[in-house]
Amino acid sequence: MRTRSTARTVIAVLTGVLLAGGMVACGNSDTGGDSGSGGSDKLVLGFSQVGAESGWRTANTTSIKEAAGQAGIELKFDDAQQKQENQIKAIRNFIQQKVDVIAFSPVVESGWDTVLKEAKDAKIPVILTDRAVDSADKSLYKTFLGSDFVKEGRLAGEWLVEQKKAATGPVNIVELQGTTGSAPANDRKKGFGEAIAANPNLKIVASQSGDFTRAGGKQVMEQFLKANPKIDVLFAHNDDMGLGALEAITAAGKVPGKDITIITVDAVKDGMQALADGKFNFIAECSPLLGPQLMDLAKKVKAGEEVPPRIETEETTFTQETAKEALPNRKY
Amino acid sequence: MNTLTDRLRPLTGHRLFWPALVLVVMILANTVYRPGFLAVEVKSGHLYGTPIDILRLSAPLILVALGMTLVIATGGIDLSVGSLCAISGAIACLHISEAADPNSPSTVLTALALAFGVALVLGAWNGVLVAVIGIQPIIATLILMVAGRGIAQLVTEGQIITINSEPYRAIGLGHFLTLPLAILIALAAALLVAAFTRRTALGLIVESVGGNAEASRLAGIRSRRIVFLVYVVSAACAAIAGFMVTANVSSADGNAAGLWIELDAILAVVIGGTSLAGGRFSLSGTVLGALIIQTLTTTVYAMNISPQTSLLFKAVVVIAVCLVQAPAFRARFRRRRRGVEPGPATPQREKEQVPA
Repeated sequence: MRTRSTARTVIAVLTGVLLAGGMVACGNSDTGGDSGSGGSDKLVLGFSQVGAESGWRTANTTSIKEAAGQAGIELKFDDAQQKQENQIKAIRNFIQQKVDVIAFSPVVESGWDTVLKEAKDAKIPVILTDRAVDSADKSLYKTFLGSDFVKEGRLAGEWLVEQKKAATGPVNIVELQGTTGSAPANDRKKGFGEAIAANPNLKIVASQSGDFTRAGGKQVMEQFLKANPKIDVLFAHNDDMGLGALEAITAAGKVPGKDITIITVDAVKDGMQALADGKFNFIAECSPLLGPQLMDLAKKVKAGEEVPPRIETEETTFTQETAKEALPNRKY
Repeated sequence: MNTLTDRLRPLTGHRLFWPALVLVVMILANTVYRPGFLAVEVKSGHLYGTPIDILRLSAPLILVALGMTLVIATGGIDLSVGSLCAISGAIACLHISEAADPNSPSTVLTALALAFGVALVLGAWNGVLVAVIGIQPIIATLILMVAGRGIAQLVTEGQIITINSEPYRAIGLGHFLTLPLAILIALAAALLVAAFTRRTALGLIVESVGGNAEASRLAGIRSRRIVFLVYVVSAACAAIAGFMVTANVSSADGNAAGLWIELDAILAVVIGGTSLAGGRFSLSGTVLGALIIQTLTTTVYAMNISPQTSLLFKAVVVIAVCLVQAPAFRARFRRRRRGVEPGPATPQREKEQVPA
């Protein structure tokens, strides 16, 4: 009996250690260092991140963490692992902890009204980063800092229209959408669709969700290639899905970048490498480095200053030539 | 009519008849939609086509579901397999990415052994929680399901690790005798498990433990040892599935690798006719179940069903599969349509409404 109870104690401790380890890894713990936030008069920012689904997201997280350190802001960071309920839980936690400012990148567009109202009632200003929400009541958040996804889709579409303006026959396009219901997926699809409407020859023949992942992009592209004998253009809503699709295209005996023109959004390092190597043809940038801008805004809203309701991050586009120049300096 | 019914009875009475019929109907529907669905050609020395894609992509699910079948047969459940996929893939890719020569077979073998070893330890952890301490399996494995994602992200440091290693890539994308290596590995594992459980008394023992652990113990079976063992086997299967998932895209994504595969695996086991209450299990049914699930996913892409409705489509098909499989439902249906031939025509009709 005695050895039995010892074993139980040991295992209970081990379970605890394992759970704690998991929590640290999930990024649920405070990265600010000192846990007694009431002691210092540092500005406390609660930030709920979507997850770590891509290199882009990781660069975004790093930028925010670094900028917080430089700006002397105490950051409470939470990783929602792609789940809205986790994010709502995190925001409620921030409200309970009475942080000064809450910022978050919404996983999906809808369903935020209740929790945002709770933050407003607690008089905690909210900043949206990177992705928008579809709440009708704009007073629920101070500002939205992030890329204009519609514009990214439009830039990608306009480039294609310019490339194919000499085309006489139909140009078949397949589209790899992001996570169904997410703002970047909805908006990039919209912007791209609007831009290519300028040329009736450009036609989207198939469009499916690849969930922003390489495995998803690959699996969907494999079926696109089999179902559509003539694919001229691939538009992927992010680099990772495009990278996954590359393998499927090669396996089908086609040459990516030549037989199939590939357009993506984001410009992460692996994507830029593919562009410089001639496998991609065009990338509309979506910059994740919004940390410094976010810290400025957090200070301003805390001080009660008026901020514009919509602030765009600075972005550009890349072709194969400009990618070669930019690649050595790419941080993410 | 009666003679036809009588003649069909041994066939329709077979355990795997209904799942197999569902698979056939699904393939038929696809072929009607696009006649080239079943076309297979030889491209750069191996077979290429949608059926081959389905086989290759279902390999990880078959593996995970095999382990899950044994766990469920003992009356347990293993929710941690998805996280174990992510951990094993992450460890293997990390080792390869840090090695001097990612293409050397010894590097890849070391990486595989390392990741496999860790997975066995984690499987033993599950086994100890369930068999020794007596925690309910759903809770015991939930710990590793949640914490395991964290461990995988810790290993990858939240990044996607991209590797460039031909030998590792072969696990997911290689070919042997013109067939994808992944499906051959999965089928070899299935045969191995089948040999161990059906050619020896082991399968019977597993079933008896699932049927009544206490009675089995009194009959002289070491129930605990068996329960412990099935969680280790499940972890081993998950580890190999993790290698395939990461090798398929030559990158380890701690967040997305093996995500929700535990639910697909449970579904595959259930479709295959194994009861969640434990006891009798069917390995061939599980393999069939996994093929059905992958075919369903591929169907969504092949038919270009819009992403907004694809989940509903899948749900409707899964509900239809479970219903036609339930003897009580079929019996009720037959009584109502007395006099009409209760052949395979009924479920077929039901299924054909779905794609519309």
